[in-house]
Amino acid sequence: MERLILVRYGEIYLKGQNRPFFEKMLINNIKKTLEPFGKPKVYKAQGRIYIENLKVEGIVLDRLSKVFGAIGINPAWKTDKDLESIKAMIKMVIKDALEKAAKENLTFKVESRRADKTFPMNSMDLSREMGGFILRNFPGLKVDVHNPDIKVNLEIREHAYAYHENIPGAGGMPVGTNGKTALLLSGGIDSPVAGWMIAKRGVRLTAVHYHSFPYTSDKAKEKVIDLCRLLTEYCGPIRLHVVPFTEIQQELYEKCPDGLLTILMRRFMMRIAERIAKKEGAQALVTGESIGQVASQTLEALASTDDVVTMPVFRPLVGLDKNEIVEISKKINTYETSILPYEDCCTVFVPRHPVTRPKLEKVRQAETLVDVEVLIERALEDVEVYDL
Amino acid sequence: MKHQIYLDNAATTQVLPEVVDEVIRCLTKDFGNPSSLHRLGLQSERKMKQARKIVAQLIQVLPEDIIFTSGGTESNNLAILGTARARKRYGNHCITTEIEHPSILNTFRYLEQEGWNVTYLPVDSYGVVSLEDLKKALRKDTVLVSIAHVNNEIGSVQPVKEIGLYLKGNYPETIFHIDAVQSFGRLPIRPLEWGIDLLSISGHKIHAPKGIGALYIKKGTPITSLQWGGGQELGVRSGTENLPGIVGFGRAVQWIKEKISEDENYISGMKIELANEIAREIPEVVFNGPKPSEGAPHILNFSIPGVRGETLLHVLESYGVYVSTGSACSSRSVKTSHVLKAIGVSQQVAEGSIRISLSYLNNHDELSQVPQILRKSVDQVKRFTRR
Repeated sequence: MERLILVRYGEIYLKGQNRPFFEKMLINNIKKTLEPFGKPKVYKAQGRIYIENLKVEGIVLDRLSKVFGAIGINPAWKTDKDLESIKAMIKMVIKDALEKAAKENLTFKVESRRADKTFPMNSMDLSREMGGFILRNFPGLKVDVHNPDIKVNLEIREHAYAYHENIPGAGGMPVGTNGKTALLLSGGIDSPVAGWMIAKRGVRLTAVHYHSFPYTSDKAKEKVIDLCRLLTEYCGPIRLHVVPFTEIQQELYEKCPDGLLTILMRRFMMRIAERIAKKEGAQALVTGESIGQVASQTLEALASTDDVVTMPVFRPLVGLDKNEIVEISKKINTYETSILPYEDCCTVFVPRHPVTRPKLEKVRQAETLVDVEVLIERALEDVEVYDL
Repeated sequence: MKHQIYLDNAATTQVLPEVVDEVIRCLTKDFGNPSSLHRLGLQSERKMKQARKIVAQLIQVLPEDIIFTSGGTESNNLAILGTARARKRYGNHCITTEIEHPSILNTFRYLEQEGWNVTYLPVDSYGVVSLEDLKKALRKDTVLVSIAHVNNEIGSVQPVKEIGLYLKGNYPETIFHIDAVQSFGRLPIRPLEWGIDLLSISGHKIHAPKGIGALYIKKGTPITSLQWGGGQELGVRSGTENLPGIVGFGRAVQWIKEKISEDENYISGMKIELANEIAREIPEVVFNGPKPSEGAPHILNFSIPGVRGETLLHVLESYGVYVSTGSACSSRSVKTSHVLKAIGVSQQVAEGSIRISLSYLNNHDELSQVPQILRKSVDQVKRFTRR
């Protein structure tokens, strides 16, 4: 008898001739995420992925539940196709289920599937046989075929397999199957969630962060690095670009109208992000903006920032409320890091009365007061790169 | 790398090379457990005894009254909780001040949850408590008075001698604890002459490693242990002794002692000169707490109106000058220091507060550069202030 993990996937099924490409990417991503835990055998058979030669433990299952493309994870057992071996396996499964159960007076059900039609018993008979075996060996258990506490899945294929746990997977598509985007990552609550949502659709991320030393401390930069690391558990490796932004802010502050500072600043951020995206082979930009959340996220302001780039800009949070975003950030474990208090300490460059409905013509005109190209070039010269 | 000017010695200090040598020796050669019966154990026990003696001598107390701990926070917790547990039957009241370190304030808050009454004495604009206020607050059932000798943020010095003598004369049963983390090795302390029963000290504020400290417990002072085990440190603080830390601590105290005998006023002299130079270079400066000519020898707290402390800190950092701020700010709120609030500093001034703290490792040469660097940095910040 051996332990193994079954990984089931969903949306990939719908793919036609490309299906092997998606499956291969999923297998690669699973291998990569399991690298710290050994060299398991990962292969595909009968529409799911098998992971063998690996210690089945909580941390491994947690990692697997973060791999996009998988919809369910079953820690399972595998044995030979004879009744005695199967019974011994069923005993293990029930014991495990009882250890993990939080209450007493449990009910169960056995659900069998017989893919190997040469096996002498059909699935109904097999379920009945195993149900009787469990009742004889575990006197505390009762049968409930509608709402069982323990559902034992038994499958007869090239071997006999059984499991009782179904851990939900992260869903989505395997990262790497849908190209690459550049994420504008501030260190707040929203942008990591936006990155996570886009990555969920199989998209690789590269991240861009703007750093305004001495107005923000190096601790803020460290925090963004930590956020990227948290995201890599879902999204795979991320290259983080830290762009020095102080000079641009100072220049805008001294030369441009106060009310437009934020919007002008955001235009610079978009331009720089697009240049980095192009260099990195990314095809779109991702931001954590949500309509109307702050003055720089009104429809006019969003249009004004899109004005300076030609790439598509994805805003996956655009229709979400703050509390909905917070909920996701808690679920994906970035919330606690996001709320550390280092972000933009200084409100020096935040206008007291930001223009909420900027006229595009006025914004463009205000921008002519600074040398856009020179400022961007200088910022790009001193970009720090972290491969996480 | 450009030259560093480290002016954050109230936060922590650089470990001395001679201390590092002693610590390494302890980690690699003389690693025995002081409780072991063999030669290596005995060797360790001797070293520990020697360190205890050196620490005790600096404040002229008996070596056996020094208990080694993990640092200031543990010493303060042990002093307060240990006394409260031991004296529960005698009363239900403690006195401290509004400007204590969190390891004192939060321990008292915990005691309040257990039903104790705690009086928090106010301080004047220089950050000093008045003996009269203390007299009024004292009750028959006051079991503990706990006051920091030197405040860590503004450097105000409390009249611990007067308080101690008053307590011994009028409330001999009341235990008197002082938190001497900032004053040990920087100001003379005489527990036996001043009526001090308990005194907390920390190693890393005087060039020893982090993770070592001590509590002076005057013989006969009742104290209940907070941790249980092999009965080390007279049963007050069980756990295998941190010998590398203890030995390093002893070596650091010895070094401090030599420095004091060479020039007792070295640090305070530098501080006063620096304060004068800063005031000359930046006339708008406001000193918070005690006058620069008074207060602890090593701490200088000031604000420059209209300049955010944290921004100034980072600009100074870019010139290699390391300081500290009184207030941490975030995008939404500014957390003002409870100490600056207690001495009546306005929110606006508190936001700009900067703390400079010196040690024997600083010198006149580097400090003479500081006022100009500060001027330059202030100008740089002021060019961009919120409109």
